[in-house]
Amino acid sequence: MSPFDASPLSPSGGAHVRSVVDEFHGDLLEVSMGPHHPSTHGVFRMIVTLDGERIVKLKPVLGYLHRNHEKIGESTSYLGSMPYTDRLDYLNAMTNNWAYALAVERLGGLAVPERAEYLRVILAELSRLQNHVCLAGFLLQDTGASGTPLMYAFREREKILELFESLSGSRMMCNFQRFGGCRTDASSEWLGQVSSLVNGFGAFLDEFEELITGNEILMARTQGVGVMKGPAAVSAGITGPMLRACGVGYDIRKVDAYGIYPRFTFRVPIGSHGDTYDRYMIRILEMRESIGILQQALRDIPAGPIMDPKAKLRGFRPKPGESYGRIEGPKGEIGFYLISDGSANPYRYRVRPPSFVNLTLLEDLCLGHTIADSVVILGSIDIVLGEVDR
Amino acid sequence: MLGTGLLQGLAVTAKNFAGSFHDPKRLTTVEYPEKKSVIPEAFRNFPFLVSENAEDPMGTLRCVACQICEKECPPQCIYIEKSKDKKPDASGKMQIYPAVFRIDSSVCMNCQICVEVCPFDAIKMDHVYEIATSERFETLLLDRHDLAKPNSYFHQIRPLEAAEVDGRLTAERKAAEEKAKAAALAKAALAAKPAAPAPAAPPKPPEQA
Repeated sequence: MSPFDASPLSPSGGAHVRSVVDEFHGDLLEVSMGPHHPSTHGVFRMIVTLDGERIVKLKPVLGYLHRNHEKIGESTSYLGSMPYTDRLDYLNAMTNNWAYALAVERLGGLAVPERAEYLRVILAELSRLQNHVCLAGFLLQDTGASGTPLMYAFREREKILELFESLSGSRMMCNFQRFGGCRTDASSEWLGQVSSLVNGFGAFLDEFEELITGNEILMARTQGVGVMKGPAAVSAGITGPMLRACGVGYDIRKVDAYGIYPRFTFRVPIGSHGDTYDRYMIRILEMRESIGILQQALRDIPAGPIMDPKAKLRGFRPKPGESYGRIEGPKGEIGFYLISDGSANPYRYRVRPPSFVNLTLLEDLCLGHTIADSVVILGSIDIVLGEVDR
Repeated sequence: MLGTGLLQGLAVTAKNFAGSFHDPKRLTTVEYPEKKSVIPEAFRNFPFLVSENAEDPMGTLRCVACQICEKECPPQCIYIEKSKDKKPDASGKMQIYPAVFRIDSSVCMNCQICVEVCPFDAIKMDHVYEIATSERFETLLLDRHDLAKPNSYFHQIRPLEAAEVDGRLTAERKAAEEKAKAAALAKAALAAKPAAPAPAAPPKPPEQA
């Protein structure tokens, strides 16, 4: 009885795995990758079973960063949960804030003024830029391009984080959105700074792509590695750039048309191979579309109030009911599901984290590849453990 | 041709390397302990208590120990005990003051919610960031003597916000004074004898509690 008989081959891809155990290929090797391994993007652990160089089984171990996020959300007030959402996907506090604010606004029947909607779009797209630029840097670091692309990416990301800091007070833990609007108004100087950054970002992307996109080593390491098929991705509930890389055109900005996204003209980039290289390219193309959205938003942003006058900061008690707020975060669909029983705390507070759901096909993507490839595949999934483990 | 992409990338690296010597766009790091980057006004790190008077910070705290921040603080890092007696505040009105006001800065997550919910503009976010220490309880559990900082310091770190707060507080105090004056006049007219309107007492530094 071979140990491979029970190991299912991925329906969604992965190279052929030899299932012969003879005197030459008898031993399987179990390697515990992580939780302290730097390539696992935090404290993620993969128990990898190897036959020679090839992965035949991969078991993800989660929960090292579990902080009881949802239970804390049920024991603090609606406002008190807002700073905790910063700590879910700590690269994208702005989009987490927005998704949570959207859920609470639906629960409490609050309207958001025009200017706040524009500010939200600007901040969400800036957040997408810095997340994707980070991802490109990390992915290249994972392939072994040590330092250079990551540092170039971080140089650009830091400029965006400085804008976040001068608006919200913190680079990463922004805590900026409120139910019914935004916390502080953006000055015209700040919008001017965003404008000059956005106008210069295309040149940076050109340079970054010149540096790495045509690089033969990157192509050899990523093309055909970790191929995911569209149907498998859909049935696993994968969203975001991961899903679009395998050719499924599903973007919540288009599908749900939340906020004021229908006012902007932008395209949704779609990949065709579903491999790691496509997942990298999708991010680059999305950044270029984000630049377009930002330019339109900065052009059209009106003056006016940034808070719904009905919104109360303290003592917010929505009527009993339930709501789900979801937005297209940089990593995929980030959603908050809330049930209110009329008290000051939510009765149920549930997070739908994109990283966690996108991680479910990791084993299928990695089967048949080497350990070094599994690191690259994990890098292209774009996980943040604060969100996976909550 | 195989290798073109590699060479192209190397050219970009060379351009960046050369540029890092003269192009300010590519010179983005700051030599930290010697030089420090400029902090934006909105930057927030740990709350402090605003006091009107630099000489007597404890006597002129704006905080009236209403305990709203204590209730709203998400990680519950604020601990307040109300005073048993009353002391005159900056406008001379007798107020309760915090007998104990502690913030455990090792628990605080700098979310600024205490600042937003404070109805008295008494707690504001600080700009300190060099707070590394080897003692947790001695130095990170801040009591009101560590937390009290004068309004002039608030003006120094957040000029725009402090000016706005000061303008609002002055207007509020003026309105309160006029209301008191009008009430006193009405009372005097009712009693049908001339009486001087109660003047607002000047801020006097009370004893250290």
